[in-house]
Amino acid sequence: MDWAALRARLGKQLRSVWTPLIAIPISLLIGAGILLLSGYDPIAAYQAMWQGAFKDRIAVTEVLVKATPLIFIGAGLAVAFRCSIWNIGAEGQFYVGAVMATVVGIYLGSLPGYILMPLVLIVGMIGGAFWGMLAAFLKNRFGASEVVTTIMLNYIAIYVTGYLVTGPMIETKGLFAQTPKISESAWLPRFLPPTRLHIGFILAIIFCIVLYILIFKTSVGFAIRAVGFNPDAARYASINVRSNILLAMAISGGAAGLGGAVEVAGISYRLYQLISPGYGFDGIAVSLLVGNNPLGVIFSGILFGALRSGAEVMQLSAKVPSVLVFAIQGLVILSVVATGAYRAVVREKEE
Amino acid sequence: MEDYLVRMENIYKSFPGGVQANRGITLEVRPGEIHCLLGENGAGKTVLMSILYGLYKPDSGTIYYKGKKLDIHSTKDAIANRIGMVHQHFMLVPTLTVAENVVLGQYPAWKVINDMDKVHERIRAMSDEFGLDVDPAKIVQDLSVGEQQRVEILKALYHGADLLILDEPTAVLTPQESEHLLKFLRDLANRGLTIIFITHKLEEVMQVSDRVTVLRDGKVVGTVNTSDTNPRELARMMVGREVLMELKKAQTEPGKVIFLVRNLRVKDARGLEVVRGVSFEVREREVLGIAGVSGNGQTELALALAGLIEGEFDEMRLDGQLITKRDLQRLHRLGMAHIPEDRQKMGLILPFSVAENFVLKTYRDEPFARRGFLRFDAIRDYTRSQVSKFSIRVGDIEEEIAHLSGGNQQKVVVARELDRQPRFLLVNQPTRGIDIGATEFVRQQILAERDAGAAILLISADLEEIFALSDRILVMFEGRFMGEVPPDPALIEQVGLMMAGKTVQVSD
Amino acid sequence: MELMPALLFLQSMLAATWRMATPIIYAAVGEVFTERSGVLNIGLEGIMLIGAFAGYSVAYETGNLVLGLLAALVSGLLSGLIFAIFTVSVKANQIVVGAAFNMIGMGLSAFLYRTIYSQSGRVLSLQPFRPLDIPGLSDIPFLGEVLFRHNIMVYGTVVLVVLAAFVLYRTAFGLSLRSVGEHPKAADTTGINVPATRYVGVLIGAVLAALGGASLTLAYSDQFVEGIVTGRGFIALAVVVFGAWSPWGAFWASLLFGSFYALQLRLQAMPEVLIPYQFLQALPYLATLVVLISLTRRARAPRALGVPYP
Repeated sequence: MDWAALRARLGKQLRSVWTPLIAIPISLLIGAGILLLSGYDPIAAYQAMWQGAFKDRIAVTEVLVKATPLIFIGAGLAVAFRCSIWNIGAEGQFYVGAVMATVVGIYLGSLPGYILMPLVLIVGMIGGAFWGMLAAFLKNRFGASEVVTTIMLNYIAIYVTGYLVTGPMIETKGLFAQTPKISESAWLPRFLPPTRLHIGFILAIIFCIVLYILIFKTSVGFAIRAVGFNPDAARYASINVRSNILLAMAISGGAAGLGGAVEVAGISYRLYQLISPGYGFDGIAVSLLVGNNPLGVIFSGILFGALRSGAEVMQLSAKVPSVLVFAIQGLVILSVVATGAYRAVVREKEE
Repeated sequence: MEDYLVRMENIYKSFPGGVQANRGITLEVRPGEIHCLLGENGAGKTVLMSILYGLYKPDSGTIYYKGKKLDIHSTKDAIANRIGMVHQHFMLVPTLTVAENVVLGQYPAWKVINDMDKVHERIRAMSDEFGLDVDPAKIVQDLSVGEQQRVEILKALYHGADLLILDEPTAVLTPQESEHLLKFLRDLANRGLTIIFITHKLEEVMQVSDRVTVLRDGKVVGTVNTSDTNPRELARMMVGREVLMELKKAQTEPGKVIFLVRNLRVKDARGLEVVRGVSFEVREREVLGIAGVSGNGQTELALALAGLIEGEFDEMRLDGQLITKRDLQRLHRLGMAHIPEDRQKMGLILPFSVAENFVLKTYRDEPFARRGFLRFDAIRDYTRSQVSKFSIRVGDIEEEIAHLSGGNQQKVVVARELDRQPRFLLVNQPTRGIDIGATEFVRQQILAERDAGAAILLISADLEEIFALSDRILVMFEGRFMGEVPPDPALIEQVGLMMAGKTVQVSD
Repeated sequence: MELMPALLFLQSMLAATWRMATPIIYAAVGEVFTERSGVLNIGLEGIMLIGAFAGYSVAYETGNLVLGLLAALVSGLLSGLIFAIFTVSVKANQIVVGAAFNMIGMGLSAFLYRTIYSQSGRVLSLQPFRPLDIPGLSDIPFLGEVLFRHNIMVYGTVVLVVLAAFVLYRTAFGLSLRSVGEHPKAADTTGINVPATRYVGVLIGAVLAALGGASLTLAYSDQFVEGIVTGRGFIALAVVVFGAWSPWGAFWASLLFGSFYALQLRLQAMPEVLIPYQFLQALPYLATLVVLISLTRRARAPRALGVPYP
């Protein structure tokens, strides 16, 4: 490889590292401003957050536990966004995956673990993929914007879940709006007891690597990226635009659905109304932060997992409402956008 | 000291990406004259006039207008100083009426528009006075190209223009319409208007202008009185050397029919039938040229033949095989290649690298992919060899193709399409907007392909290109063929009439 | 006499329809301006939430509803300004910025609400805008209840739509706005300031969205609840498409969606209806999907929608 090519390549790599390194501190600074204005001590709050995320082994594993669904969702969204499909519906796809996994985990609970466990995950993935493909179908067939349809499908999935856990699937004691536990043979093994870290986290990392290879190293990924950049040119190159949109949404929805299934089989063992505290929306920031690169998602997923995990401790010890994290994630997206624009301006000036 | 209406002094303008469009241009225009700005594509004519009209800020240089230094920061200043411009791509809002377009931007924002009746009346009066035949109540998108151009001119006149700039106004007109326009402009000049006329067509310069300034590579080659010069001298000034007006075209004998279509009908995006039952065949070792003013169905014709939009037909055959429905992959396999009209919107994926663009159509095939995995070494080796074979100027084959010049981008498209040794080559506007060197190269490649045995369909709005490359010429007007002519330069006038929709008997 | 219960049902349905449509009308009519200028703001939901909170907070603390509305208006101006800086000046992807706005709106409003109110132990409801019965007209049977016994925010929608249509179609600004969304370059060459026009389009949209949010906390209900907008911002986006990018179209389309909400509420209140309430709650969202499917083909979006300029 010649020198110029090597330099161009290194430059590209560096750039994808720089963005988060700039965007994160900016967002935290603005977050500190909000804390200050609301009468909190930002240093104490962030200290509590840091403590909460990293103070000991248990805390660190909790970060990885929180990161697991974010990594699944973020990696899937990276594929959709690369195809220029604005899937805002990972939340609903996550729910559908969790529902399907729970249904299988409960009603086929007599199956042996080596069948049931993979089955739970696969069915969850298929459920999410189906929910995602529904939006792709509406876009392909009727030209309905996926931004609106995926949001509507979120609400529908969440209300249906609400119905299931208060009605037909409610546990027999019926004290809480939740289903009974799924069969123990479907539980994902935890490999660092007594922590809750389970093999779902390993699966998530493998999943990211697979999607990275798919997007950048295979002809399928080439087609998805071509459609994302320029659908007219893709069509001209006899790439089927609609089936690639369908595929990207299937992958993206499937990833979110798998995330939901892993959450059920690895952590909650059952379904309840708020099984996702907004993971589907966090996933958008997770993917955008690293320029929609599935490998980068591992890093940003852990980062946002730490934010979430730390925020819960911050709420307990510093009495700062954890929902602040939601705003910080929005700020991260804006900072990413701003640093990207700033770099474009700099490059233009250099030329 | 002579009396000038406009004096642009030492104008410099460069763009990000390093293009130096104007490099110290000084231009003087006298009141009441028609002044031609002559130059090849990319010579800097349009940029210079955009500066005068306030669309661009010059990097340096001064403009004097009506004896005073003129500071133009926006088009609003230009309009206020009675400068009007008719752009090559019309600047009309398609969903608004003619009258709304005419008054657009002329009122303060808070003004309630309650004098539309008066505006209509005034437009009608001006339309009658100048013989422009413009209806103020019509929606612009329902007008023909010629009508839209007249609206543009009326818009400038309505705002009281003393100086009217026209950017290649005849590019979208038939020869007869052009003739009419040139007479009209002379008429305006006689009424005291000053006109700057951008063109690259020598005959128009000779016919209409009083003086002409020739630009090349962003610099002034010279300004001459039209009566003191001749087309040959102007051509030399324009390209910097004696021009080879004719390409060397070998005599060939067309072989068997490679492509044929019977009774093809195509609708455009709005559902209007724009190709209305055309039939033709193309033989091996033959270039069939389709001439016509842009917008007469050529775009849709090409897209339908390439299988990119739906079309109805009685029969379509490629290399003897019946084509029944839109099937890109099959057309591919049967040996169709397509150089599309718009390389940036269709031919290339601009954020992709040069290498990725080279395998845009073959990325799934051996040796570029194996078992679904891309083989980057094979892709890079192939790209390097093609880049050197077609002498494409590229820094690094991994860089985004967006950074290449238009000519080099087009070479990538041509190289990619010709590499597959197509049986049938569909070419649409192959040299639009690229420099003269690349143009020559592309045209030679097309002829070489013909000599190698391909059947070629060439669609172009550039009559010179059509005549230089074709073995037969079909003239398209409003979705139909008006007739067929041989590429005899003596017949150019007949072709012009056919482009305007007149049926002409052509005797061989 | 059997007609009476049906008529009463219809009467309360129609009255509720207009009330339920009100926040959507504000947001959708505003978004018509934004989209007509060529900018797509999918962050409506977040801006509505901020407006709902700002309006509630100021009205609650001062006891003055008009000050509350004013606060919502200012919050809309600020949100719109930031949105426009990112989408018009920085030229960032409008969907990405909109998604960020939804997160910020959700997070910030909930954060502030929890910080200031939810643990304060105070009574959190305020005295919302009361219905203003129009003298005479409100006594007309049936129509009186449906049309003339509403609060000022509901009546305001009619004023808004009339004004919006007038500005869009009868003023020079409206003409500029429409041209900027169709063919910004043409507008530019006539001397129209394209970015400035788009800023105004975005600001109008954001301010109206914030007022729509405030109508939820100051008129429709009497307090703030986390996530109180529940997707109305997204429904407004669908309404704009359904209403073919015109103010009156958006008005009628909003009423249609209002009727879904109203129907859903009425049915929930009827013990003899056995449909689970979650399905009823999902009805407006399901209806949005159906409407999008049946109509997106016909209307044409502004040509430059979502495309930065230059």
